[in-house]
Amino acid sequence: MSVFFFVIFPYVCLTTFVVGHLWRYRYDKFGWTTRSSQLYENRLLRIGSPLFHFGMLGVVGGHIIGLLVPESWTEAVGISEHGYHVVAVAGGLVAGLAALVGMVILIYRRRTVGPVFSATTVMDKVMYAFLAVVIVLGMWNTIAGSILTIGGEYNYREGVSVWYRSFLAFQPDASLMARAPLGFQLHALVAFGLFALWPFTRLVHVFSAPVGYLTRPYIVYRSRDDDQLGSHRDRRGWDRVS
Amino acid sequence: MKVMAQMAMVMNLDKCIGCHTCSVTCKQAWTNRSGTEYIWFNNVETRPGLGYPRTYEDQEKWKGGWELDKRGRMKLKAGGRLKNLMTIFSNPVLPSIGEYYEPWTYDYSTLTDAPAQEQTPVARPKSLISGKNMKIEWSANWDDDLGGSMATAHRDPMLKKIADKVKFEFEQTFMFYLPRICEHCLNPSCAASCPSGAIYKREEDGIVLVDQEKCRGWRKCVSGCPYKKIYFNHRTGKAEKCTFCFPRIEVGLPTVCAETCVGRLRYIGLMLYDADKVLAAASTTDDEGLVEAQRDVFLDPFDPEVMREAERAGIARDWVDAAQRSPIYALINTFRVALPLHPEYRTMPMVWYIPPLSPVVDVVAETGEDAEDTGNLFAAIDALRIPVEYLAELFTAGDVGPVDAVLKKLAAMRCYMRDINMGRDPDASIPAAVEMTEEQMYDMYRLLAIAKYDERYVIPPAHAELAHSLEELSTECSVSDYGGGQQDVFGEGSGTPTPVAVENFQMLQARQTSDSLAGPVNKAGRVNLLNWDGKGSPPGMFPPTGSDS
Ligand code: HEM
Ligand code: SF4
Ligand code: SF4
Ligand code: SF4
Repeated sequence: MSVFFFVIFPYVCLTTFVVGHLWRYRYDKFGWTTRSSQLYENRLLRIGSPLFHFGMLGVVGGHIIGLLVPESWTEAVGISEHGYHVVAVAGGLVAGLAALVGMVILIYRRRTVGPVFSATTVMDKVMYAFLAVVIVLGMWNTIAGSILTIGGEYNYREGVSVWYRSFLAFQPDASLMARAPLGFQLHALVAFGLFALWPFTRLVHVFSAPVGYLTRPYIVYRSRDDDQLGSHRDRRGWDRVS
Repeated sequence: MKVMAQMAMVMNLDKCIGCHTCSVTCKQAWTNRSGTEYIWFNNVETRPGLGYPRTYEDQEKWKGGWELDKRGRMKLKAGGRLKNLMTIFSNPVLPSIGEYYEPWTYDYSTLTDAPAQEQTPVARPKSLISGKNMKIEWSANWDDDLGGSMATAHRDPMLKKIADKVKFEFEQTFMFYLPRICEHCLNPSCAASCPSGAIYKREEDGIVLVDQEKCRGWRKCVSGCPYKKIYFNHRTGKAEKCTFCFPRIEVGLPTVCAETCVGRLRYIGLMLYDADKVLAAASTTDDEGLVEAQRDVFLDPFDPEVMREAERAGIARDWVDAAQRSPIYALINTFRVALPLHPEYRTMPMVWYIPPLSPVVDVVAETGEDAEDTGNLFAAIDALRIPVEYLAELFTAGDVGPVDAVLKKLAAMRCYMRDINMGRDPDASIPAAVEMTEEQMYDMYRLLAIAKYDERYVIPPAHAELAHSLEELSTECSVSDYGGGQQDVFGEGSGTPTPVAVENFQMLQARQTSDSLAGPVNKAGRVNLLNWDGKGSPPGMFPPTGSDS
């Protein structure tokens, strides 16, 4: 059972994630967009979107550190387990709360603002459902696991993180996950579900994060595409005679 | 020196009658899809007025274009690169749909479906954004012909600048139309604001385009353009803009808006410019120096050195030739009657305007004085500070000198030509008063008043050596492209896309230079407005009437 949930299912999702993105990029560059709805509504978006995004960026950063950096490394540079824990929980709470509140505003906006609602696709709704569950479960894990210590303390850096690294190294160890609290198990499973959906939602915009803007020249010049002079591409089998 | 060629336009505002034909034909050709209902690549504004979108010229509010930082370097007015990215999640200066207008249609079916009843059924306006009933409160031309201007005109950002001198009162009002398209700037701030680098300037002809496959919908260009000539398609989530009708330009045809212009007031041609000098010119410290700085960026196409450098830069001989015959060069640099719109935005716009003399002429005519007398007109130009200062706010960053000079040239031309038309001896002192020779004055008159099609539009096809393959060869297009043969299996719109310019260049040219109004009969079939020349009705637009068979 745990092999299915923590080995097979995650790999299927990961494959969908990678292949899906390649496919979408190849065949649907035109659909690759944030589909901004700011034109319709600004007041709620102005608060909700930055709150959600900056929170999300913190959350993603936190996950990268928490999942990918082994405990032994931070201890090697002299960071105590307890010290790490305090910083991680505090940072996670702030970022998570921002993301959560931001998301609530965004969902409220999607539902109540007429034009935004009518521009909402089925995929948007599915995406928000998964996103909301993932974020709520994540927050629950932080609060219940680390602050209220419901069901005993759990150090995910010795369980979930190790499993995750083994998973990425293609030597998955499902038993590590099987021993984790239910909240962590569900969080991981729904997150992988979200990854599988990712390439088919507007979330593809994350992979276009325009960092190149910081260094490229302001004005872009491009040569005319001489393959498509006139109005249509050459039909297959016909060469232009010049 | 790095010579580059730029396709440019000049509009003679005296001739614009505000008929909106240009807007409508452009819309038919380019923005009649869902998601673009509110988008007008070409719009015609009544000035004074708020413009479209409302008060777009107020850059303290909308932060479009460039400004100089404390050290005199160019900086996007909305902020540097980092700030641009930090505000990407919610653009603080994006106009909302209400600033443009909420597009609508009418619920026509109630008119036809209503049962017999006492009251006349009404078609209620339905929003094309939300699909709900709506109250129409604004549109792209709400203040057309100064309609309602008593209530709104005081918000015109340009009028505000001179407002301490005017109270907008109907008795002393003046009015003209300002058709606007994208400026295809030499220093486009839209491109500079685009985080993805999807907006580019074409090296060959300077046309600024959005790559629809690279645009990611960050909607930063919309606020970056001070003219608000980039629009967000709210269905596709991508930015769209005026394309300068490049499929037509590439085969040597003028843009749709120019072709269909009722006043025949648009001129299209090439300008050669020195790309190395653009940045320095755009960084000119005082706003009022920008017009002259931009004129200096343009190169004299007759200068042998320029011609040599152009050749080195790979500009074809026939393009240099076209640059020499360019009406744009004549109007901007030779006669110096065209001025750029809002040079103070520092984007180096390339659609220039001949400011209208008509507000002045109207006032003189109303007083009963002779409105074709240089003395009267010159005195009026000096006396009528309000229209002149208003024009200066639009075209010279507030400097009345150049506007005065242009208006006096136009006034002089009017008076000089009157003598000729009345069969009197031409008065050489009139051109001399505006520092022109009689010959120059006559040439200017020719270009402004009676220039023929091929003088108003000097557009070299994309590449002489490729011109042949630009034609839609008979081997390339299936019969069904022309409406003959088998129709596409799944009906209209299925199958491969219909080419933008269905007919070939030679055929269109023949039709445009022919005297008959009807289209040639040998090519029946579908013609879209992209290549309609305004003569007669395009074949295929209306079903055959039967009488002409
Ligand atoms: C890293 C760089 C990112 C950038 C530059 C970015 C940018 C944007 C922009 C411009 C919008 C459109 C907002 C609008 O005008 O309507 C948007 C929407 C959205 N983004 Fe991001 N995003 C990023 C990362 C993320 C991440 C990591 C997530 C979540 C996992 C995310 C989830 C969303 C969602 C759900 C929306 C839709 C909001 C709505 O309209 O309901 N984004 N993003
Ligand atoms: S006018 Fe056109 S080229 Fe210039 S900044 Fe605006 S959209 Fe860009
Ligand atoms: S050049 Fe073409 S796209 Fe641009 S405004 Fe004119 S008709 Fe429209
Ligand atoms: S078609 Fe010509 S005359 Fe009519 S509004 Fe447009 S620019 Fe003016």
